[in-house]
Amino acid sequence: MKACSFMKIHSIETFGTGEGPGIRLLVFTQGCNFRCSYCHNPDTFEINGGKEMSVDEIIKTALNQKEYFGEKGGITVSGGEPTLQVEEMIKLFSRAKKNNINTALDTNGSIISDQVKELYELTDLLILDVKHIDDDQHIKLTGCSNKNTLEMAEYREKSGKKMWLRYVLVPGINDQKETLIKFGEYFKNYKNIEKVEILPYHTLGVYKYKELGIKYKLEGVLPPTKNSILEAENIFKKYFKAC
Amino acid sequence: MNMNINVRDFVFKNIKAYDGDASFLSGATSKTKKLWTECQKLLKKEADAGGVLDIDTETISTIDSHKAGYIDKKLEIIVGLQTDAPLKRAIKPFGGIRAIKHACEENGKEIDKHVLETFTKYRKTHNHGVFDAYTDEMLKLRKTGVLTGLPDAYARGRIIGDYRRVALYGIDKLIADKKQDKENLLGSMTDEKIRLREEISEQINALELMKKMAERYGFDISVPAVSAKEAVQWTYFAYLSAVKEQDGAAMSLGNVSNFLDIYIEKDLKSGLINESQAQELIDQLIIKLRLVRHLRTDEYNLLFAGDPTWITESLGGMWQNGQHKVTKTSYRFLQTLYNLGASPEPNLTVLWSEKLPKAFKEFCAKVSIDTSSIQYENDDLMRDVAKVDDYGISCCVSLLNSGKQMQFFGARCNIAKALLLAINGGVDELTGIKIIEGIDPVKGQFLNYQEVSKNFKKTMTFLAENYVNTMNVIHYMHDKYYYERSQMALLDTDVNRVMAFGLAGLSVAADSLSAIKFAKVKTIRNELGVTTDFEIDGNFPKYGNDDDKVDSLAKWIVENFDKELHKHHIYRNAMPTLSILTITSNVVYGKKTGTTPDSRKVGMPFAPGANPMHGRDTSGAIASLNSVAKISYKNARDGVSNTFTVTPKSLGSSLEEQIDNLTTLLDGYFKKRAHHINVNILNKETLLKAMESPELYPQLTIRVSGYAVNFVKLNREQQMEVLARTFFESM
Repeated sequence: MKACSFMKIHSIETFGTGEGPGIRLLVFTQGCNFRCSYCHNPDTFEINGGKEMSVDEIIKTALNQKEYFGEKGGITVSGGEPTLQVEEMIKLFSRAKKNNINTALDTNGSIISDQVKELYELTDLLILDVKHIDDDQHIKLTGCSNKNTLEMAEYREKSGKKMWLRYVLVPGINDQKETLIKFGEYFKNYKNIEKVEILPYHTLGVYKYKELGIKYKLEGVLPPTKNSILEAENIFKKYFKAC
Repeated sequence: MNMNINVRDFVFKNIKAYDGDASFLSGATSKTKKLWTECQKLLKKEADAGGVLDIDTETISTIDSHKAGYIDKKLEIIVGLQTDAPLKRAIKPFGGIRAIKHACEENGKEIDKHVLETFTKYRKTHNHGVFDAYTDEMLKLRKTGVLTGLPDAYARGRIIGDYRRVALYGIDKLIADKKQDKENLLGSMTDEKIRLREEISEQINALELMKKMAERYGFDISVPAVSAKEAVQWTYFAYLSAVKEQDGAAMSLGNVSNFLDIYIEKDLKSGLINESQAQELIDQLIIKLRLVRHLRTDEYNLLFAGDPTWITESLGGMWQNGQHKVTKTSYRFLQTLYNLGASPEPNLTVLWSEKLPKAFKEFCAKVSIDTSSIQYENDDLMRDVAKVDDYGISCCVSLLNSGKQMQFFGARCNIAKALLLAINGGVDELTGIKIIEGIDPVKGQFLNYQEVSKNFKKTMTFLAENYVNTMNVIHYMHDKYYYERSQMALLDTDVNRVMAFGLAGLSVAADSLSAIKFAKVKTIRNELGVTTDFEIDGNFPKYGNDDDKVDSLAKWIVENFDKELHKHHIYRNAMPTLSILTITSNVVYGKKTGTTPDSRKVGMPFAPGANPMHGRDTSGAIASLNSVAKISYKNARDGVSNTFTVTPKSLGSSLEEQIDNLTTLLDGYFKKRAHHINVNILNKETLLKAMESPELYPQLTIRVSGYAVNFVKLNREQQMEVLARTFFESM
């Protein structure tokens, strides 16, 4: 029991907005199985970094700010990849639910297990990052297949529970019209997708690569223009209620 | 107690609470627009002239000393200026002739010879009286900056006349009423009774003069106001009388908006005016309030930067029976920030309750996001603790029961410096002056928490006693030489009094204690044995991260100091109250304070008010707010001020989201029983640009500590301090 009630945490942000609805406590876990080229938090890659924080401590922090959550807010766990610590995550979200705290999980959806499914049940809002709809490209971009991600999207859809999709828009990688249309077509019949968020790629995390001595693969790629963001939005609008 | 005068009852019975949204509001009328354009030209001239446009150096300003003044008579719906011309400042020498003389000189003027002679040779001033009575100890505390900003050379302000009374009853009834009060003061003539009889006579004189002053503008205010226009005009005349005769540091308006709303509603209903004209009345009142000026010295401006007047008007709030007090005129006051642009004055303060209508909360949030010009106070908390529901906010953050309560303003005690005195056995770390007898300097190379905190307690005991004594002297003399007859005439004769003390440097003191307790702090002493620097080994919890280990230290300091204040005799049986508020004086206080054990270097600014120290609140905005919320309002009844700055982007990605998050944030903060928050929604880049090209940002307003300023009116040092504050932003 001792060791497993601790989580590997990269950082905590008490005033989180934009990671799920309302004001949220954001917990960024340490360790990721993906190596997305555009990731702005490469310092969360390694499972051996970060600090340890007990589930108790995280819950206590959440309870200390429960007044600020209002009707929409709550706790969002992002990463890194939170499902790598699924046992602790189940404990955390069970405790949150017991205390009437809304839970959101930001995940790449790559891990499939009974435990992860159990975690999904404890998750009020699943924020699923689908990095690329083409598997080859997905592998190129992240180092892993999107097969599991899509399977977990389907699992979530069947469970009838709320989900947001996230799409980091990277010029030349996943901003082509046909890629966007394919993405829309794939998910268009999903009933439980409340929102698709387009996150424009940015370079604010590039300095971290230098500090960590990791090669930055997207050297020279510029953030998308306002126009191309708008174009992507217009395509998605044909398929989804909100984006 | 007089039962004839009861404004609260009038408002309570006649208020038409409004639950709807802002869609009914009107823009500025063409008259207002033209008038404001003229004012903007004048304001530019004033800024170009270095901050002061003109001074009437001859006329001793009283309620009726100046002839009627106008900006542009044909455009003015609401009339009345402090002197015969807009932005021309008056001399009010009763507070202290030296300050007035200096202020004139600093602005290239010379005070009239006769005035100077009169107030030097024949008429004693408040300032003169205070220095006649000060003890050596008081002078030392003042000189070393342990007590700073004391109202001993300027007017104390902070009193809010119930200006509504003039509109509701007319002057004649108020005079009759005061005469009655005086007639009842018979029997054994104690000091207090004699004084009160004299004061009431002065109040009656003031009321008579108000009538005369209004007559100059063609109005008879001896009778009650009938129309909305009259109600606004009468109320403004009452306020104008106060600022003609007094130059108090903060002279607030109170809570007039709902009162005026009753008259406006009546005229709207009878078709006498339409919405556009209703808004015009408020816009024009606000224009007048934005032009209020006092003559200040450069030294004063360093403490209270940006030429503030603290015309605080409180909007919203709830009645004790659970109904809310939001009216359409609450909206109209906020709308002036759009019709006339952002502005620090009047200091618009929203009395926030969880139960306020959602639409009003959202409108307030929108105004904050658009203008950073408003502040919020916890109405639920204040009603619970103070047991009143018809109150105004005086100066920045302190509650005054409207018409029934006044306060003696007392600046603040430098609690960070107090800690250094404790370490140094009562010797001032900068001058070497021995201030406190009977405390040994702490021994040993490393600071021992038990030893330091024991000394610190003793220091607080000494300081509280001397602070109270100093204030007693100041307010005795102020009552004697610079009595606020026009404001006191609009309060109950048996007024309740509070004496408002303050602490500056709370976060520095708390973090210093935390360093001593949780890290190793080595002292570096000079040749006289005075500790002038520290070496800190190890980490320590810092106030502002929702960590009880250090937050409890901040809480303890406040509780303990408040307890000490209550031990002493206070002038006119006032109740001591304590604020954690600095205005912009956190820069000056820092200058007068040596290096502290929290790693803050000598001369560096403190954080404002009850804020965590710049950049040390690293766990996000909520954790920072939670730390401040732990300071109990019950021990700081004069207010706990927090200035909060967040970038627009981190508040949310769309305006709708930002509004939603800000209202939720305020609900949350106040549910924690926090007292006050200034909300700035700003990017650093905007401030940097304004520093480079001030002429492009004449109306850029930011909230500092309990009030707002035009950012471009701050000096470089103050601007840099604002930039060093924590801007909560997300990546």
